[in-house]
Amino acid sequence: MKKHKIFGHALSVLTLFIAFLVFFPILWMVLTSFKTEADAYTNPPTLIFQPTLENYQIALQQSHYFDYLLNTLLITGFSTLVALLLGVPAAYSLAYYPKKRSNFTMMWVMSTRMLPPVGVIVPLYVIFKNLSLFDTHFGLILLYTTINLPLVIWMMRSFFADLPYESIEAARIDGATLLQEFRYVVLPLALPGLMATILLCMIFTWNEFFIAFNLTITKAAPLSVFIVSFKTAEGLFWAKMSAAATLTALPVVIAGWGAQRQLVRGLTAGAVK
Amino acid sequence: MRLQAVMAAPNPLFNPFRWLRARLSLVSPAIIYLICLTQIPVAFTLFYSLSNWNFLRPANTRFVALGNYLDFVQDVDTLSIIRNTLSFASSVVILSLVFGMILALLLNRQFFGRSLARTLLITPFLIMPTVSAVMWKNMLFNPTFGLLNAFFGLFSTNATTDWLNQYPMMSVVIIVTWEWTPFMMLILLAGLQSLAQEHIEAAQMDGAGPLEIFFYVILPHLRRYIEIGVLLELLFILNIFGEIFVTTTGGPANYTTTLTFNIYLEAFKRWNVGRASAYGIIAVILANLITIFFLRIIRGNDQSKEAA
Repeated sequence: MKKHKIFGHALSVLTLFIAFLVFFPILWMVLTSFKTEADAYTNPPTLIFQPTLENYQIALQQSHYFDYLLNTLLITGFSTLVALLLGVPAAYSLAYYPKKRSNFTMMWVMSTRMLPPVGVIVPLYVIFKNLSLFDTHFGLILLYTTINLPLVIWMMRSFFADLPYESIEAARIDGATLLQEFRYVVLPLALPGLMATILLCMIFTWNEFFIAFNLTITKAAPLSVFIVSFKTAEGLFWAKMSAAATLTALPVVIAGWGAQRQLVRGLTAGAVK
Repeated sequence: MRLQAVMAAPNPLFNPFRWLRARLSLVSPAIIYLICLTQIPVAFTLFYSLSNWNFLRPANTRFVALGNYLDFVQDVDTLSIIRNTLSFASSVVILSLVFGMILALLLNRQFFGRSLARTLLITPFLIMPTVSAVMWKNMLFNPTFGLLNAFFGLFSTNATTDWLNQYPMMSVVIIVTWEWTPFMMLILLAGLQSLAQEHIEAAQMDGAGPLEIFFYVILPHLRRYIEIGVLLELLFILNIFGEIFVTTTGGPANYTTTLTFNIYLEAFKRWNVGRASAYGIIAVILANLITIFFLRIIRGNDQSKEAA
């Protein structure tokens, strides 16, 4: 029995060690962002150093970081909002008023989510150029809404279907209208699911690169495009690159840490709970 | 399930007008939106794919029927692109499945620091892919100042591997596996947590060892989860662009040019709209095939739940 316990502790330590190892590159990047450029670019790597905030100052003040951040926030925020406005009512209807075709509708919605962006990027480029949507926030919001909408429909339907049907029925017996039923009964109950959906939409939109890169230049370019300008960071730019990269990735990492439990369900469109 | 039971029973509150209104007015906007932004562009892609439209020579544009698709079959580069795509996708999926399984098994125990370990392990999946790529390229793969060579330098005096040039595909696979292992881990962990402990205990009573339990109890239970994880990951992996663009730009030569990356090169480097569109249609067909398998599994899940 004692041997068993020691083995258990060893496994726990091993798990934590692997977790630390997997996380180490990120930790290293964050550490590097607090180094001076001279400390960042050494062989062998510097472990003990005098931390500095200089890189963050430079990244924030000199590199138009805030312009890109604003673009990302606008695009992420609006595309999530529009996807919710279109998707939540659809999910609600598919969950509570299913019809013979609903199953097919869900499958079709899923297939639009799985459409590879490379399959549509050329016509989108042509259409966007012709309609002056190229390099605009509006254009990207349109497309990211398309990416978020199937996610909203699948996730929210799965959350709605899990709600206690009795409370909804009770509201109907009390004569609540569809809107009242939704506002006062369904929405409060589905709020955790809604938050998870919003977080997942934000994660996907925030991190998207392919569409943003091909359909913007500078005016509407989000952070994912900005960070690629450090693609060939050499010598004097490592610490600044790390600061910019940390600032870029941080919001999603924090959001994702908070939504760990719902992450799986959202990622598999409710197929795995 | 509760819902399905309710729907099956005659609903005394059923009101056909309200039902019709809810059905028509609530789902339609989303469907119309999705049709406009996905089906119409695909139709355009299909249309372009039948022409030889090139942005650099727009005057020469004419209908070439299936010419672009024939090119795909005949082109000398096609073989290497298919090979790259297959080796890239299969390596990442298999590696992340193996590592994800190990990590899920390790995390599926109660121990001090478990949630910390899980939090650290899912982080690579949350980091913006272009940030990951920039980080790996500059800070880990750099031949003189990178962490990887610093690490190997502890054991050998001559650790000067130029990872991205000497082992381009392997390097990209390492980055993407690092990013996607957490995804597989989370799905498998969800699967492990849905496995009743009694099954394992019963097998232990019967005298099964850890390996036997894994292969005869755990693995059969995880089958659905593995299928869902593999197919979903495959769909996402086939779309990978940023990591390749940042690290190798498809090179050296075309060693890391996948189907997706090649479409980008055709469209935005060679401005060959017709050809890029034809390849795009091939990518759409491929993704649809995988999606069909995926949906079959989900539907199988629903049916087995109803039967239970």
